[in-house]
Parts: sequence; C-alpha cells; structure tokens
Amino acid sequence: MHDSTVLGPQTSSAKLGRIFIYAILAFLVLFYLMPLVVMFLTSVKSMADIRTGTLISWPKEFVFDAWGKAWSSACTGVACEGVSGYFLNSIKIVLPAVFISTFLGALNGYVLTKWKFKGSDLFFGLLLFGCFIPFQVVLLPMAQTLGWLGLANTTAGLVFVHVVYGMAFTTLFFRNFYVSVPSELVSAAKIDGAGFFTIFWRILLPVSTPIIVVCVIWQFTQIWNDFLFGVVYAAGDTQPITVALNNLVNTSTGVKEYNVEMAAAIIAALPTLLVYVLAGKYFVRGLTAGSVKG
Amino acid sequence: MQVVVAKTKKKPLDFIADQIPKLVLSPTILMTIVFIYGYVIWTGVLSFTKSSFLPNYKFAGTLQYEKLFENERWGVAVDNLFIFGGLFILICLALGIFMAILLDQRIRAEGAIRTVFLYPMALSFIVTGTAWKWILNPGLGLERLVKDMGFENFTFDWLINSDMAIYTLVIAAVWQSSGFVMALFLAGLRSIDSSIIKAAQIDGASLPKIYWRIILPSLRPVFFSAFIILCHIAIKSFDLVKALTNGGPGYSTDLPATFMYAFSFTRGQIGLGSASAMMMLAGVLAILIPYLYSELRGTRNA
Repeated sequence: MHDSTVLGPQTSSAKLGRIFIYAILAFLVLFYLMPLVVMFLTSVKSMADIRTGTLISWPKEFVFDAWGKAWSSACTGVACEGVSGYFLNSIKIVLPAVFISTFLGALNGYVLTKWKFKGSDLFFGLLLFGCFIPFQVVLLPMAQTLGWLGLANTTAGLVFVHVVYGMAFTTLFFRNFYVSVPSELVSAAKIDGAGFFTIFWRILLPVSTPIIVVCVIWQFTQIWNDFLFGVVYAAGDTQPITVALNNLVNTSTGVKEYNVEMAAAIIAALPTLLVYVLAGKYFVRGLTAGSVKG
Repeated sequence: MQVVVAKTKKKPLDFIADQIPKLVLSPTILMTIVFIYGYVIWTGVLSFTKSSFLPNYKFAGTLQYEKLFENERWGVAVDNLFIFGGLFILICLALGIFMAILLDQRIRAEGAIRTVFLYPMALSFIVTGTAWKWILNPGLGLERLVKDMGFENFTFDWLINSDMAIYTLVIAAVWQSSGFVMALFLAGLRSIDSSIIKAAQIDGASLPKIYWRIILPSLRPVFFSAFIILCHIAIKSFDLVKALTNGGPGYSTDLPATFMYAFSFTRGQIGLGSASAMMMLAGVLAILIPYLYSELRGTRNA
C-alpha cells in the first residue's frame, strides 16, 4: 500500500491535474458502460422507435415485448422457441461440470501438496500445459471420442468436455492454495492415525472456502461463456445459450429485430454479470490467480 | 513423513493406504495423458494424412502443411492475427497501465470505477460481439448517432468494409480485456514499497518520472504475465469473430481459430484443419516456452 501522503496533491497546479484525472476517468467510465446501456435501451424500444431514434436516445416508451419474445418465441436457427430452453441447457451443463471439476481439483491439489510422491511434481508441470493449449488442437479427436461414447450432441458430453479441460485450472487453484496450508497440521493428523480422506474432510476442506469460491466462480464463468465446445459438440436443442444467441443474431432470414437481439444478449449475460456484481472480489482473484500463475 | 511410515511395521492394509493418493490422482493423470497429450498427438497425426470428411490414416507427408501455406485464406488469417493480436495487445497494455496509474491517485469511488472497467471480462465474447455489432451497425449505430448530431457526411462503415473490419475486432476485444490488464497492474502498483517512492520524491523527482523510471520498471513481471495472457487470448480468439463479423466480409476477418473451424467442421477438410490447429499450437508454444524458461530460471536463482 502506498502511504497516503506520498502521491497526493500538494500545489494548486496539482489541483488542476486532479480535475484532469477525474475528467479522463469519467470519459473512460462512459466508454466501458456505453455498450451495456445501449443494449438495455435498445431492448426496451419498439422497432419503430429504433428506426427513428439513435443508439443512445431515450425510449419513447418502455416496452418489454422484446424481452418476452427473446425468452420464449424468437427464432434461433430453425426453432422459434426463444432462448429459454438454451438458457436451461447452459444451467444443466454448468452445475454438474462446475461441481465435478471443483471437487476433483480439490482432491488433486490435496494430493499434489500433502501426499507428494515420486513424479507428482513432474505431473503437475505436465498438467499445466492443459491451461495453455489452444483447444482447436483437441477438437477433432474429442469429437470422434464423444461419438464413440454415444455422447455426441448431449448435455452429458458437454459436461464431460468441460470437466476434462477445466481440470488443469481447478487443480492449479487448489494446489497453489494448499501449498500455503501448513503441512505440520497434516503430519500431526497422520501420526494420530488419521487417514487420507479423514484429513481431507476434517482439515483441508474446512479451510478451503475462499479457494472454493474463487474456483467455482472461475469455472462458472468459463463454462457459461464457452462457445467453441458448445458450437462443435452440441446440436439443435442441446445447444448452450451462447450458441443460441449467436444463431439468433446471425440468422439472415426475416426482418432483423435488434430489440430482441439485445434482450437475448442481456439474458445470456445475466448469470455471469450477477456473479460479478455479487462476488466481484473473488472474480478478480480468480482471474489473476488463474492467469498470472497459469 | 516418509520416515514415520517406513519405521512402523507394514500391515497389508497399509499398502493399500499408501496407494490412495496415487489412486485419487489417477483419473486426472489418465485424462491428462489421453485428452491433452494423446489428442495433441492424434491431431498431429491427422495433419500428416489426407483426411477429408472422415479421418484417414494413410501417411501423406507434409502435404497438408504445403496446402495450408499455399492457401490464400490461411495467409489472410495469419496476417489478421498479427494485425489484430498486435494492436489488441499493445492497446490493452497501454490502456490498462494508464487506467491503473489513474486509479492509483487516491481516487474517490475507486471501487465503483474499477467495477465498471472490469465487468466486460465477465461477459462472453458472444455477448460482447453482439453488443458491438449493434453499436457499429453502419445504418443505425454510431454512424447514425454522429450524423444526427449534425455531421451529415460522417461515415463509419468499418464493420462491412473488408479493409477495416479487422479493426472492429480490435475495438471490441480491447473493450472486453483492458480492464483485466488494469486489475493486474493495480495489484502490482499496490504492492510496491512506498519508501522507494518517498525517497525519489525527496530527491526532487516528478510524479511522471517516478512512474516511468522507478515504478513501471519494477512491474516487469506483471507486464510479462499480462503480455502472455493477451497473446493467448488473441491466438484463441474465435467467439468474438463469430459473433461480430463471422469472418466476413468474405474471409477478410478470418483468424487461425475460425479458419480451423471452417475447414474441419464445415468444409470437411480434416487434414488441413488439423495442420492449422498444429500451427496454432506452435504459435502458443513459441511464446510460452521462452516465458516459462525465464520464469523457472528466475525462481531458481532467487
């Protein structure tokens, strides 16, 4: 932390500088907020209002028809049932995938820090590569494998893919966290005769809340926002919300209903935005932990 | 710990207990071997075959790579990656550092401003692409807004202009990711020992000079991490292109990731798609290996 006296304003010319700083910040805040504001304003306008107004003009009248249509009757490719079903698909994919990958990450992190064996450090290094590979390099073999397993175009298949490729990150999170948990605690428990799982449940998990929160938020955002796996491994009514949104927006037939598109985009963004607003601190921690070291 | 275990007499159950950690880790070990390394090799093998709609395992030498480099669309995709990636990384770093320094000046409502800068990172690139596609819509978006303000001759048709469309990707991607760079640098700035800055101030150094000469150089590790992550995002960029331009007009905004998808899944040229995926991997490794090497050496010396 800086000492508060170090970089503070001292003279009247510095005061002018302060005004300048605030002006730039205000401009930047507008730039970052603009797309969200525009999306919302557009979503509550009628099409006539959109045609006559501008991006940032206030709606003549707030109409929420576009939201209803986006949710239940807009066309996403062939089907015209809105994005509600796809929203549900994403939930069905995200919940198990986040739970399984977090749990496995916790167990892996526990082994890799408290029960190291010959080669476990090397394995961790090899696993980290999974955080960096461009997924294009595994797309084709996985498509074939999902076909063999009968999981092509299923929710279970997508859960499987997300667990597999989320594992490197979750293991990294828990490993880096458990490194800081004193090993003496574990040693003492071992001498007292506690077994592998007892130590995990009684000693490690109770202190893991912060990292579980970070890991869950990270995985939730990653999986909810995924498009690549969704577009390759899901078809028709098993597609996640991101794919449905893209289909809705890029459908070339019919009149473009920008208000419906914007409403659908906000719907697709709501869960992760909500997570960010409610748990922003942990979100940032996840971003930095998942990327600085990984 | 090992010593304690070794000294007590071995019961048969102990042997099983000793294996538990390995057993617990084994699913992950298996998954890593198969789904990461195995698949990379598998794709590598495919890239040396004539696979088209279906995989075909007859060795065809470097045919696909030759085809790839003769392919004009791949050339465009690679050029685009350099244009898009270069600008995206440069602007994100500059803007991120700038915003972090501004926020470091004991700003009122710092928390709220930080929240605003960073929220785009929570959105999917599909949502980001959809939003910017609307803002950049030539007839109804920004162009219309400026025209209505009285600038009748203003045109802003980058989205549908094949020479300029690639820059719209930069705008949207910078909007999405620069806040993250800001967060990294702000954390870095906050961890600097303030006594160094105080000493420099007593020596009469001005604030910009302190930042330029003392603070920023000490943030080199943060700078490199941010650079690596941004490179990684640029090479992987797929969703944003799909949502914002869908590679168009024509294939003027194709990137390697969209090229790979198009050739593997819609054009049925699995061999060529695999070769392009391997080139993407090579790109990531070319950046990553020197970075990891210097990181590991750094910690060993420390």
